Amino acid sequence: MNDWIPVTKLEEIPRLGARKLQAGDLDIALFRTGSDEVFALRDRCPHRGGPLSQGIVHGEAVTCPLHNWKIDLQSGEVQGPDQGCVSSFAVRIEDGVVYLDIASLESAA
Amino acid sequence: MKKQKLILIGNGMAGVRTLEELLKLEPELYDITVFGAEPHPNYNRIMLSPVLAGEKQVDEIVLNSREWYAENGITLHTGDPVTAIDRQARQITTASGMQASYDRLLLATGSNPFMIPIPGHDLPGVVGFRDIQDVETMLDSARQYKKAVVIGGGLLGLEAANGLKKNGMDVTVVHLMDILMERQLDKPAAALLKASLEESGLKFLMAAQTEAILGDQRVTGLRFKDGSELDTDLVVMAVGIRPNMALADAAGLHCERGIVVNDTLQTFDPRIYAVGECVQHRNNTYGLVAPLFEQAKVCANHLAQLGYGRYQGSVTSTKLKVTGIDLFSAGEFNETEGDETLVLQDPAQGVYKKLVIRDNRIKGAVMYGDTMDGSWYFQLLREATDISSFRNTILFGQHDLGDAGHGEETRVGMLSDEAEICGCNGVCKGDIVNAISTQGLFTLDEVRAHTKASASCGSCTGMVEALLASTVGEGYAATPSKKAVCGCTSYSHDEVRKAISELELKSMPELFDRLDWGTPDGCPGCRPALNYYLLAAWPAEYQDDAQSRFINERAHGNIQKDGSYSVVPRMFGGLCSADDLRAIADVADKFEVPEIKVTGGQRIDLFGVKKEQLPAVWKDLSDAGFVSGHAYGKALRTVKTCVGKNWCRFGTQDSTGLGVKLEELTWGSWMPHKFKLAVSGCPRNCAEATIKDLGVVCVDSGYELHIGGNGGIKVRVTDLLCKVESEQEVLEYTGAFVQCYREEAQYLERTAPWVERVSLNYVKQRIVEDKMGRKALYERFKLSQQYAQVDPWKARAEGAEIHEFTPLSIDRMRAAS
Repeated sequence: MNDWIPVTKLEEIPRLGARKLQAGDLDIALFRTGSDEVFALRDRCPHRGGPLSQGIVHGEAVTCPLHNWKIDLQSGEVQGPDQGCVSSFAVRIEDGVVYLDIASLESAA
Repeated sequence: MKKQKLILIGNGMAGVRTLEELLKLEPELYDITVFGAEPHPNYNRIMLSPVLAGEKQVDEIVLNSREWYAENGITLHTGDPVTAIDRQARQITTASGMQASYDRLLLATGSNPFMIPIPGHDLPGVVGFRDIQDVETMLDSARQYKKAVVIGGGLLGLEAANGLKKNGMDVTVVHLMDILMERQLDKPAAALLKASLEESGLKFLMAAQTEAILGDQRVTGLRFKDGSELDTDLVVMAVGIRPNMALADAAGLHCERGIVVNDTLQTFDPRIYAVGECVQHRNNTYGLVAPLFEQAKVCANHLAQLGYGRYQGSVTSTKLKVTGIDLFSAGEFNETEGDETLVLQDPAQGVYKKLVIRDNRIKGAVMYGDTMDGSWYFQLLREATDISSFRNTILFGQHDLGDAGHGEETRVGMLSDEAEICGCNGVCKGDIVNAISTQGLFTLDEVRAHTKASASCGSCTGMVEALLASTVGEGYAATPSKKAVCGCTSYSHDEVRKAISELELKSMPELFDRLDWGTPDGCPGCRPALNYYLLAAWPAEYQDDAQSRFINERAHGNIQKDGSYSVVPRMFGGLCSADDLRAIADVADKFEVPEIKVTGGQRIDLFGVKKEQLPAVWKDLSDAGFVSGHAYGKALRTVKTCVGKNWCRFGTQDSTGLGVKLEELTWGSWMPHKFKLAVSGCPRNCAEATIKDLGVVCVDSGYELHIGGNGGIKVRVTDLLCKVESEQEVLEYTGAFVQCYREEAQYLERTAPWVERVSLNYVKQRIVEDKMGRKALYERFKLSQQYAQVDPWKARAEGAEIHEFTPLSIDRMRAAS
């Protein structure tokens, strides 16, 4: 079961940038790519807990600001020789509004 | 569209490397088929010596497994050599009779060991040293027989001899010349090598010319020109290699000593490319692996239809892979008339180093016993660096220039496997060597990616490079002198900067488009660099791109490990008033700042500020008259001062006042890297001006300007640029120096390596001798400052970039909906 709730407008997230979204105790990072796709990951690098929302977005990946781990926005998987994974959440855009599936948060919280 | 067909003939390192480079650029362009004569997938040929010596197994040196071919959709035919190319029909035929057609053909047929055509050269028991088959024959002989002769005292011959000896054979090396490895070593180094190998049990027959190989069913001995004979059960011919061009020649391609190719690795038939040991390029043939990799990159660029890569030949260096022997050679190591030589000889330690110098540039190097600095000398050689400023200590090595914190540990060869190489990430020597050999790594970047060694502060880069060089030998792909900005492009930093000004590129999408960037929006490596280059080139017009800045510069504070930020208000020259201190104290109280500290640059640092608090903190500081201290940026940081003649009994000038003026001139300026200034009021130098990017040391008669120093990872003391008489001149020379650095250094290159790279003489010429040039630089700096000296804190306190500092909240959205 999906439970879509609107979280922000697309234009509120800078292109090739991110916003931090607080959902109770859970920090989520919303990313907007160069082609205006939006992805949501838990805002916590699996390496040392760095805030991924503060990283540089490139292609469909973000690089953690603390130690340069590169994380795939779609799957949440760490790329390259490093290993690890961060929870990813379902997002969709409708009429310029970004919706997050809060049902998908349950497992991560 | 139907895919084009690419056939690779020769399943070796050069050919497969070209495919790897091509797949990185255009994975979908071709249907690729590979034909290899050997029954194995691509393996690391330069590791055959360790296999022979019993230090490695055959399966450990495989570079591309059969799965790799399958995963990349490449059809592989092994053990089936191509026997003919029909260029008109664009078709090849193999030994088994298979036929295949091509749109593009890549020849990488390598080379054959040269077998001297003397009587008996085809007897059983006579082998070359080229492939796994040869190694297996040698290992087999070692099990059954006792005596071996290696003909050829070059690199390959000595490695073969060492390997056979390790397998218990009684080995004699027969060499035509009177010195070993004459193509890499001079006489003294060769003599040291010979003595050391003799000590390990090898025998040598020098200046000996073999006349015949004796035996009926199998080799039994050798006869020399002088009539003497030597018994042996095995003969290894290692007198050199010959490019394997028979197939190309038979197909009517122009061949001389090798298959002749142009700078794009194309043969005389434009559909046919060739790379590796089989080619002849600008009259050179190469038998080492580093040039082959350079060729592979260029060839792949053209096969991918990009068309801008160009191969211009390689300078090569050599290392001998014999455990316990350190030997390095590069360039023109035998001096010719007019050359100077620098020599260091320590017979007791078995160390010999020689550099051949022409016009203050290294032309060649030979090292024995201590090869730690080989890669450094090689870099100086390839980049033709002017060594005049450090030639009196150059033989003592790079660490003598101040590789702080490592000292004796720079002798990596002698370290145990548990020795920690990378202090930042806790990586030991054993981990690195293991990763290099098991993962088949060749470059520094690969080692960084796999082990994290030297991936943080980089101070152990030299040690990691030395480990690479000693583990993979000449296969080590030394950082090329033309270094691409990042994996997104093959353009260098200088080429990108040139393109920005000549093509008038004023935005990042425009730049990506015109320079054919390999990724749609760059990477964290190139974007900050490009943003800086665009900003430096077009200060008035370029729209700064916040998303291309590292978080510290985007949030105008230093991110700390818990995700909070630190705040450093600017105090010009380190001066402050009681009111200033009260205002900072009030901010600390109001926002419950957990920790306050005085920084190394004489400023006050407030730690543990939450990102959401930053604009409010800045508002209070801004209201009290502070601007950003830019302690977080690749920018002008601080001007550190001593008290000067207003108070100090030794002071010669007003160092504090001058420091304030310098900081007022330069604050807010973005730089290739952080930039620090200092002003000391007398030669006692209490402000430590001689380890700053630019330091002023006041003397009674004026001001000394010192440049290119830094503390940090690798301490470097400044060079004296010049002495001036007035404060106004200090400001002008400083502005000009800063602007020259801003315009010409590479992003993330501090002034210390920049000054070493371009040479002190160059900087003197630009700043001191060229008066008009200096004034023009100063004017350009002041113009740029008109746009740069806008306080980012005040702007954000007033609401700019508010999204950066305000998190979204689901609860708020719910309440609103």
